[in-house]
Amino acid sequence: MSAPLIDSKKAEPKPPQLSILRQASKVDAEAGILDHITITRYKPESLESLCRNTKFTKREIQIMYRGFKQECPTGIVNEDTFKHVYGQFFPQGDSSAYSHYVFKTLDKDNHGCITFEEFLHSLSDLIYGSLEDKLQWVFNLYDQNRDGFVSRTELATMITAIYDMMGAKTVPPIDKFTVEKHVNDIIEQTEESSQSELISYETFKRLCIKDHQPSSTFHEFATDLRLRH
Amino acid sequence: MDAEACDMMSKRHAASTMASVAAWLPIARASAIGWVPIAQNPMPQSPATANSHRSDERLKINVSGRIFEVWRNTLEKYPDTLLGSNEKEFFLDSETGEYFFDRDPDVFKNILNFYRTGKLHYPKNECVSSYDEELAFFGVMPDVIGDCCYEEYRDRKRETQERLIDDKESDNPEAAGVMTFRETMWKSFEDPQSSTVALVFYYVTGFFIAISVLTNVTETVPCGVIEGTNLNPPCGDRYDEAFFVVDTACVMIFTVEYCLRLYAAPNRCNFMRSIMSIIDVVAILPYYIGLVIPENDDVSGAFVTLRVFRVFRIFKFSRHSQGLRILGYTLQSCASELGFLLFSISMAIIIFSTIMFYAEKNQENTKFVSIPAAFWYTIVTMTTLGYGDMTPDTIMGKLFGSVCSLCGVLVIALPVPVIVSNFSRILNQNQRQDKIKAQKKARLHRIKMAKQACNHAYVKAKREIEEAELRRQNGQADLDTSDKDVFEVQHHHLLNCLEKTTNVAFTEDRPTCLEGEANKISHTPPLSPHDSLASLTSKSCCGRKRRMPLSSSCSKKEANDIGGELSDVKIMREGDDSADNGHNHYSHRSSPQIITNNNRRLGHSSNDNTNAELHMSML
Repeated sequence: MSAPLIDSKKAEPKPPQLSILRQASKVDAEAGILDHITITRYKPESLESLCRNTKFTKREIQIMYRGFKQECPTGIVNEDTFKHVYGQFFPQGDSSAYSHYVFKTLDKDNHGCITFEEFLHSLSDLIYGSLEDKLQWVFNLYDQNRDGFVSRTELATMITAIYDMMGAKTVPPIDKFTVEKHVNDIIEQTEESSQSELISYETFKRLCIKDHQPSSTFHEFATDLRLRH
Repeated sequence: MDAEACDMMSKRHAASTMASVAAWLPIARASAIGWVPIAQNPMPQSPATANSHRSDERLKINVSGRIFEVWRNTLEKYPDTLLGSNEKEFFLDSETGEYFFDRDPDVFKNILNFYRTGKLHYPKNECVSSYDEELAFFGVMPDVIGDCCYEEYRDRKRETQERLIDDKESDNPEAAGVMTFRETMWKSFEDPQSSTVALVFYYVTGFFIAISVLTNVTETVPCGVIEGTNLNPPCGDRYDEAFFVVDTACVMIFTVEYCLRLYAAPNRCNFMRSIMSIIDVVAILPYYIGLVIPENDDVSGAFVTLRVFRVFRIFKFSRHSQGLRILGYTLQSCASELGFLLFSISMAIIIFSTIMFYAEKNQENTKFVSIPAAFWYTIVTMTTLGYGDMTPDTIMGKLFGSVCSLCGVLVIALPVPVIVSNFSRILNQNQRQDKIKAQKKARLHRIKMAKQACNHAYVKAKREIEEAELRRQNGQADLDTSDKDVFEVQHHHLLNCLEKTTNVAFTEDRPTCLEGEANKISHTPPLSPHDSLASLTSKSCCGRKRRMPLSSSCSKKEANDIGGELSDVKIMREGDDSADNGHNHYSHRSSPQIITNNNRRLGHSSNDNTNAELHMSML
């Protein structure tokens, strides 16, 4: 622990010192949460700059940071904590797979942990971003190996992960045929004629928009924080 | 009424679980965008959050003059405690705008920290009863005490309970009312303080035991020279009639006492097998055998040996002495350690006796005639007595003799503290493991209950919405649903979207399952990040990767087996690996399998362990 543990960010949005986060991810890999707390600490950039860079108001950021820091006193979220928190919302099923992919998508610089800035930026994109931003985010979620295409495997993985969140107590009960059928349905809908069954970004966009009202569908998931106070 | 209570309880569970992660709901909802591409049905409308949530305000709590300030949200994390519910409005002082509690501020600090961190700590220098009282006042269940402090709390609790039980037993008048004569007699035997007759009996028997022991001792003392002869016989021979009379009297008393005890004993077989009754029998039998045996020289030798057993009468004093009983109990509990000590000493004795014998046997006029004869030397030397009646003469003998005495010090002195400390350490360890196991079981159970509660709340909310819709269609007035938590509404919307995406719906077990179990567990499940690993791995261990038909997954209450619980615990430690394997499993294309929630176990909380351990039978 030779390097200073508290890192303050400069004015330009430069990623924080890698050494600290490398230490953090190393700690994640080895020890449990208890060691984590004693070793690392991360301080986000100032409130004003966050306010400027994202589309949230100051008060919203305050509220969110309080909740964030309550769950993760060290200031960064590692995957286990994220999975645990995510699992609280889907108690009946197993959300570890889906939350893993969400985590990977949120963790833009692939350090194995999410800082508060990443958290806030992603949230601001998802809630207040344009339709294009949201679609891009969803595409990144599905495209796990970041090759620009969503293969059948990746699609099946995601669909399985989503079905997992339902759990066992469902009516009608879920089995692997349900999942396969769903995958096949989606593939059919993309009208992908090529044999490779790779879905490009354009096809994906068409798939999302379909015949639903796209903007309103995506808006259903936006939590309007302003109304909370 | 039952269904209502159950609903309320599940609502409380759900709310308290959710409130601690409320800040993350926005990201959870936002990330649910990922469901849109594969959604088979259109998404339901986002809930209209028209009613403004209470603003993020700070509350002042005045506890006996000390002011604490806390966010309102923090308190509302646990809505079934006093501070988390609207019960605190009773304590609101409208002039100053603060909540005043006339309670101990030091303990309150811990309680408030519980709201903040999710873990309740128990300060070591606090009295357990006063702490419990404060917890009861503020509606916090003691089983949310964190791991760090739980052991200490439980130990202290047990001590106080034992103390209270002892007190209660001593001044608890027989509630049975009229006891039978037999029961009265037994009670007076066991407890001399219970009545005057018992006290008299107690002292009379004690007196006669003392007399009997005294006569046994004095009848061997030489009484003085008989005039005219050179004899100095022991008193027993000189005044043998007197001694015989005294002996007879004592034996009469003891026999009568034994017969009365036998008659009054609630369980005669047990009584006859108990050690005190055996001592009684052994104490009085020699007399009767002596009466029966004729004055015959052949047999009188054997008879003399029997008289030795009269000394056992002294053990009858242990009924009169608490300390003696404790000593006996201690020796009994250390039996295996003492056995080991004895074994190691015998080994050393045999080794050294053999060596000394072979060193000394060729010496003339040696006392070391055989190995068993050398035992005496070895024992006397090793215990550092050194009588000097047997000493080695050869150089080798003296050499080995000195080694023997040095070893003696080690062999005798060393094992004893080691054994004692080992003993107490192992005892503590066992108890600690039991405590931890019990707490883990209780916590797992609590987490499971919380999950079920959440699901139940959601299903119920869905039903209510349907009913409201129906009512609206029929033109009836809407029920007042204005006190719905915004957070809960949004969470339910999220779950609804998931249902629409996958085209299946959530169901649940019969809600009555919850009620019976819910009574035994706490109402405030703590879900801090430190619990995350436990609950996370419990999920991944519950959700083992195999297909299960719906019927068997909806299992009802089953008997709790320790073996199953241990395997649960074992799996939890490997839970990290299984969680990681989970993704590898998905990224490679093996056939996608559904992880099912295996709700096999609905165990009982293990508070009854403590009661079983409390009772120590002394006799």
